Amino acid sequence: MRREKAPPLIALLAAIGAAFFVVPLIGLMVRTPWADAAGSLASADTLDALRLSLIASLAATAVALVFGVPLAWIYARVEFPGRSVLRALTTLPMVLPPVVGGIALLLAFGRRGLLGGWLYDTFGITFPFTTAGVVMAETFVAMPFLVLTVEAGLRSMDRRFEDAARTLGASRWTVFSRVTMPLIAPSLLAGAVLCWARALGEFGATITFAGNFPGVTQTMPLAVYLLLNSTNTESSYVLSLVLLLVSLVVLVALRHRWLGSA
Amino acid sequence: MSLDVAARLRQGSLDLDFQCEVGEHEVVALLGPNGAGKTTLLKAIAGLVPITDGHVRLDGVLLEDSASGRYVPPERRSIGFVFQDYLLFPHLSVVDNIAFGMRARGQSRSAAAATARDWLERLGLARYATDRPSALSGGERQRVALARALAPGPRVLLLDEPLAALDATTRVEVRHDLKRHLDSFAGYRVVVTHDALEAMTLADRLVVMENGRLVQSGTPVDVAERPRSRYVADLVGVNLLRGRAEAGAVQIAGGPRVAVAGATSGDVFAVVHPRAVSIHLAKPEGSPRNVWSGRATGMELLGDRVRVRVEGAVPLVAEVTPAAVAELGLHTGREVWTSFKATDVAVYPA
Amino acid sequence: MKLGIVTFCALIVAACGSAGPVGSPSPGAAGGTVDVFAAASLTDAFKAEGQAFQQGHAGISIQLNFAGTPTLVTQIEQGAPADVFASADTANMERLKSDGFTGESPSTFAHNQLEIVVAAGNPKNITSLADLARPGVIYITEGSTVPAGKYSLQALQKAGVTVTPKSEETDVKSVISKIELGEADAGIVYTTDVKAAGAKVAGVQIPEQYNVVATYPIVVVKGSKESDAANAFIAFVLSSSGQAILATFGFQPA
Repeated sequence: MRREKAPPLIALLAAIGAAFFVVPLIGLMVRTPWADAAGSLASADTLDALRLSLIASLAATAVALVFGVPLAWIYARVEFPGRSVLRALTTLPMVLPPVVGGIALLLAFGRRGLLGGWLYDTFGITFPFTTAGVVMAETFVAMPFLVLTVEAGLRSMDRRFEDAARTLGASRWTVFSRVTMPLIAPSLLAGAVLCWARALGEFGATITFAGNFPGVTQTMPLAVYLLLNSTNTESSYVLSLVLLLVSLVVLVALRHRWLGSA
Repeated sequence: MSLDVAARLRQGSLDLDFQCEVGEHEVVALLGPNGAGKTTLLKAIAGLVPITDGHVRLDGVLLEDSASGRYVPPERRSIGFVFQDYLLFPHLSVVDNIAFGMRARGQSRSAAAATARDWLERLGLARYATDRPSALSGGERQRVALARALAPGPRVLLLDEPLAALDATTRVEVRHDLKRHLDSFAGYRVVVTHDALEAMTLADRLVVMENGRLVQSGTPVDVAERPRSRYVADLVGVNLLRGRAEAGAVQIAGGPRVAVAGATSGDVFAVVHPRAVSIHLAKPEGSPRNVWSGRATGMELLGDRVRVRVEGAVPLVAEVTPAAVAELGLHTGREVWTSFKATDVAVYPA
Repeated sequence: MKLGIVTFCALIVAACGSAGPVGSPSPGAAGGTVDVFAAASLTDAFKAEGQAFQQGHAGISIQLNFAGTPTLVTQIEQGAPADVFASADTANMERLKSDGFTGESPSTFAHNQLEIVVAAGNPKNITSLADLARPGVIYITEGSTVPAGKYSLQALQKAGVTVTPKSEETDVKSVISKIELGEADAGIVYTTDVKAAGAKVAGVQIPEQYNVVATYPIVVVKGSKESDAANAFIAFVLSSSGQAILATFGFQPA
């Protein structure tokens, strides 16, 4: 089979495009003070931020799975008036500036928010300045990734397998858990990982809605930002590199599934 | 005790209006051209497609009834379905596939697996137990699909074009096995096919469906000898004419009069086997009463015979020897005369 | 087609750049554009300074960039094109100076003081710094590297009050926003911030003995391409008109 050669103009444009992403990564790796890296990583605040980031992003992914899979199922299988509008609304966080998302969350779930106000007055529950608030902010921005990916998987699967399962006596729940879910497992996994990676890197909505305090709401991205604006900028490079490498590993692992349904 | 179906529904361009009753003692083959609605009917019986009007009754119990709104979902109907593409679950092993129906109905993992392995032994496929379906050949997958449908012990077995996906040689072998399974199954059996030979071999009764409607029902011999539609006639390979019988002849609507033997009246079918049709280069003189001019529009070699299509007052197919074709210098486009005797025409009420 | 591409590129370039210009520039005349990086607490005051300056100096346009002071320092040190830097404390200015980014010596152009900010109507009845530590009061502050945050800690220390904030925001404006939204009950910002927020918040004075005086220095950034215009702007801010403008916003004179 003959290898196709890229036309010069396309190759040039592609190279520039690639460089745009590669150069920052190289810049970060070159400027990171490798000698002090261990020290930066081991500081209490950093470890706190790392631990908080992992816990919150995993929690956000779990929440996204519990509520996002049924949502994706409804979008893929059930016709109802206003479906496309609802779908657009739940996809909005993907294109919304995260800070705007944070403000919207405040207006809804803040202490004087639409729902948050009632929760506070009735039960004394608040979300801003809590780790739960971090999870909410991250779920808000990351869940659409999961919903879209799973929906695509459900739409493209052969539904006749579900028919076959029903004729064999499987209840609707059995069909869902023993046939549908396994068949869309690749999409489910890809969606969950994308969601997790997005949640891990979330900044704007988190700092706006949940605030910033070490150990409670100061996730890695916030820690990086604050270090950058202090005298200890080198530590921010180290943390940035950690976040970047984690994301890179995730994307490489997903390279076969990147373009939607497997 | 029967499987009694009356179904009226619309799906896309298909307008289905069908009724039939299947007994326990017979294997019914549902025969018809593509798009006739055969698969849709099977799905309606299984509950996978809703019936707008009508009912499905199994052993006297209503599974679905538009009048009362009753609807038993597919998973609670005792129906085994073998799909055209088999639809074996790709993420499960062969034994888990076969065990699926039993496990879905609550049996324990080990009990279901044991029964499944039994089936595999009987099918001679025990060595594939832990493999994925993709590792098996087409014929093997067909057998697994059948086992999967039979394992839960359903009252009804529905097969949708069971042999269509197989190549010619495998088909012969599998058809033989399938007949054995069908004959030994104690319940209602409906096989959908578009292959006449399959229908003839597997079925005790043929039900012909065209455009969503029932066209003919009878034993394979009945149907072959007395086709009631062009489709069946073509399938069986005879010339089928339809008209009004009166005084020793059948008047074809908008066509010629066909001389027939015996007195009949009313709306009739007239069948002439291609063997009985002769071809002449000039108008023949002799005893045959039915002599028509026409033009040869096509020729087909079938074994040691040649089937010649002739367009004339009525389109006819004649069967002659290759030698005759050579002798007459027959070719497409040639003007010819056809003849057949009145005594060679079989007439029966429409 | 080519003209289209050129026009498109020109539009892209024109759309880029930092926070928009104040007033309408007249390009080509003497002067140019002066990029002023100013602490968040100077937002309203410097917008007014910029407008007033432009009125008297045709041909020079002032572009303003507001953020927490440490953020601005980082931006400048990473190469952001600033001509003038106005800091909310001397420590950050010192940092910029010792890193070699300042031209001449900085000049002090204003002072500010701290004030407790609470929701309009003071629903939690906060009257002193000690009240901030009351259980049930949600107190937020600015990050410790932000001048206001540092000053707040100093004030609390002076008053002997220990309180753990629920959040460390990036600048005074974020603190004000959260108080306005009702998310937090109290914070410590500058008196000028309380004044600027108007009826949306209420202020509680901090006694003189606990209060901290914030010193605001201003300087021309080293390597500025508009040093003449930059110096002119600084001179304006230090002039009586400039000082008068600052006073209307609640700042204390240099």
